[in-house]
Amino acid sequence: MVARGCGGVWRRLRQRCAVRPGSGPFPRGERAVACNARGGMMSAGKSGLTPWIPVVGLEIHAQISSNSKLFSGSQVQFAAPPNSLVSFFDASLPGTLPVLNRRCVEAAVMTGLALNCHINKKSLFDRKHYFYADLPAGYQITQQRVPIAVNGSLSYSLCIDNKMSQMVTKTVRIKQIQLEQDSGKSLHDDARSQTLVDLNRAGVGLMELVMEPDMCCGEEAAAAVRELQLILQTLGSSQAVMAEGQLRVDANVSVHHPGEPYGVRTEVKNINSIRFLAKAVDYEIQRQIEELGNGGTISNETRAFDSKLGCTVPMRDKEGKQDYRFMPEPNLPPLILYDAKSLPANMNHQQVINIDWIRERLPDLPSVKREKLVEQYGILPEHSFTLLNEDGLPEFFENVVKQTQMKPKKVIGWILNDLLSYLKQHSLTVKESPVSSFLLADLLNLLEKKEISSTAAKQVMAIKAGNQKVLNKLIGLVQKKTQGRSNPVLVKQLLEKKLSE
Amino acid sequence: MRVLSLGRWLRAGRVPPREPASRPSGHRHSGHRPQGPPQELPQGPSQVPPQKVSVEVLEHLEHLALVDFRDSEGVERLQKAIQFADQLHEVNTDGVEPMDSVLEDRCLYLREDDVTEGNCTKELLENARETVEEYFVAPPGNIPLVKLEGQKTFLQGSK
Repeated sequence: MVARGCGGVWRRLRQRCAVRPGSGPFPRGERAVACNARGGMMSAGKSGLTPWIPVVGLEIHAQISSNSKLFSGSQVQFAAPPNSLVSFFDASLPGTLPVLNRRCVEAAVMTGLALNCHINKKSLFDRKHYFYADLPAGYQITQQRVPIAVNGSLSYSLCIDNKMSQMVTKTVRIKQIQLEQDSGKSLHDDARSQTLVDLNRAGVGLMELVMEPDMCCGEEAAAAVRELQLILQTLGSSQAVMAEGQLRVDANVSVHHPGEPYGVRTEVKNINSIRFLAKAVDYEIQRQIEELGNGGTISNETRAFDSKLGCTVPMRDKEGKQDYRFMPEPNLPPLILYDAKSLPANMNHQQVINIDWIRERLPDLPSVKREKLVEQYGILPEHSFTLLNEDGLPEFFENVVKQTQMKPKKVIGWILNDLLSYLKQHSLTVKESPVSSFLLADLLNLLEKKEISSTAAKQVMAIKAGNQKVLNKLIGLVQKKTQGRSNPVLVKQLLEKKLSE
Repeated sequence: MRVLSLGRWLRAGRVPPREPASRPSGHRHSGHRPQGPPQELPQGPSQVPPQKVSVEVLEHLEHLALVDFRDSEGVERLQKAIQFADQLHEVNTDGVEPMDSVLEDRCLYLREDDVTEGNCTKELLENARETVEEYFVAPPGNIPLVKLEGQKTFLQGSK
């Protein structure tokens, strides 16, 4: 799903309001939230003369996809028995030292290159001190002074006017990318007034991506994060699944009047999906506008997004302004990266990371893939967006095109309208599709030869798509009748044979 | 923890006994008591006038590092330590790049991405005073430092 841009909202609102100069601002006394044509969101205050400009900046933590942790050899895995993936270093036992994982550095370099960053050939590690139960060392190893990558950009697209037909490309600047350790997990047991700590996640490698506050609303933030997610997944540097905590987004939100300095910002945390990100940002913008409009003030605080209530609330464990006492990590020398020119002659190949070597091997990024699809198959740009938004769908589309005489421009309709909606209805991924690319190609060929009608083709697809559920039900019934003594694989084969007769 | 034992040492106002010669290697410094600062401060060419550490800074330091200065001797030790470190200002560092690390000439070793550690839950939990089903147990959140009445009076009195 491609996000709508802010411009559309403003235009629709203007049509509805039919503003005449000097007249009252809103019908029915509603406070309207609108966007100007440049995409900056504005809201007319009570007087109708003082618009607000929201400013949104994101801090994103992406868990690096690697076998072992950033500074130790314990495994990285999502669900595992508590404290089973923890080494002595992760538990911060005395006498242990950090040893940098090469794969994590490569992941950060790849990501930096994909986001047009300048890669720092020399970067440094620092300690960031604070006390919390899930941080056994009392500090986090990060890169505060000189991070691994700086000054990049991320381009993303929005469609205006709620239609997919008009898309606009926007860019958000990336301030820096740094390597750092993840902390453990705290489970709060309020009933017994204690916290249970699991250090499995402690020490896992993270890439922190800091974006400049170039965005103005929830839609933009959501679109940017979605594109970043696709890029990370394409690179393989992170699986970026928000639900599993592999991609965490914190939003910094403030509002100000045009021409005035930026307002006080709040930090919004606990955002668990891209949809909630848009909601959280928009809610916070609205909350700040209303608060300031009523004569109140905004405090520089951290707020949590409550997905059930759809609002932001001040966070519980507020410590006030933290002093992290940054200091250089004394156990790690500077991280030196090389390129083709500076490659040392007689160094162990395994100890050298060559930026140019990595650049040459970067896969096609989503934007490039989309362009290629449009160019090769003559589909519309917005089709390419929808295709790439589903894991495995571009390959499915290309397979069908290969096996059918129907023109790609027509095939895409069947893929996006019929197949995709069936999959969504039955909550299936492309990989789980009961309709294979071979079958669909076959069907479309019959259609092209006019041997079947379009309606018939749609019906066949429906039956095939729905069949899987019916089949599973039948298997369940057989199991019940035979009291679990039947071989499910055999049962499935027999049933499928019967159904295809 | 190193900082807490520093506090106790400061309170006692004495130099702790030296470590036995046969200290096992590979132990991080945190385990043992630190050697004290030199008993006499070397006289530099231009001695920096001793700065008084304000109550606010002391309270801030105590909160940040969870250290307890406790009495006037402790605070004086801190003052002397700062004075000692201030001698660094006598060196002219114009145009000199700050040193990142004493290891800056060394090579940062890169490890292969293999799983070589972990699976020692039992050993790790042995050190914990309290556990629940293989989890470590901690208080519900950070417990704010309690300001003792007597202590507050002392700090204010030391101004």
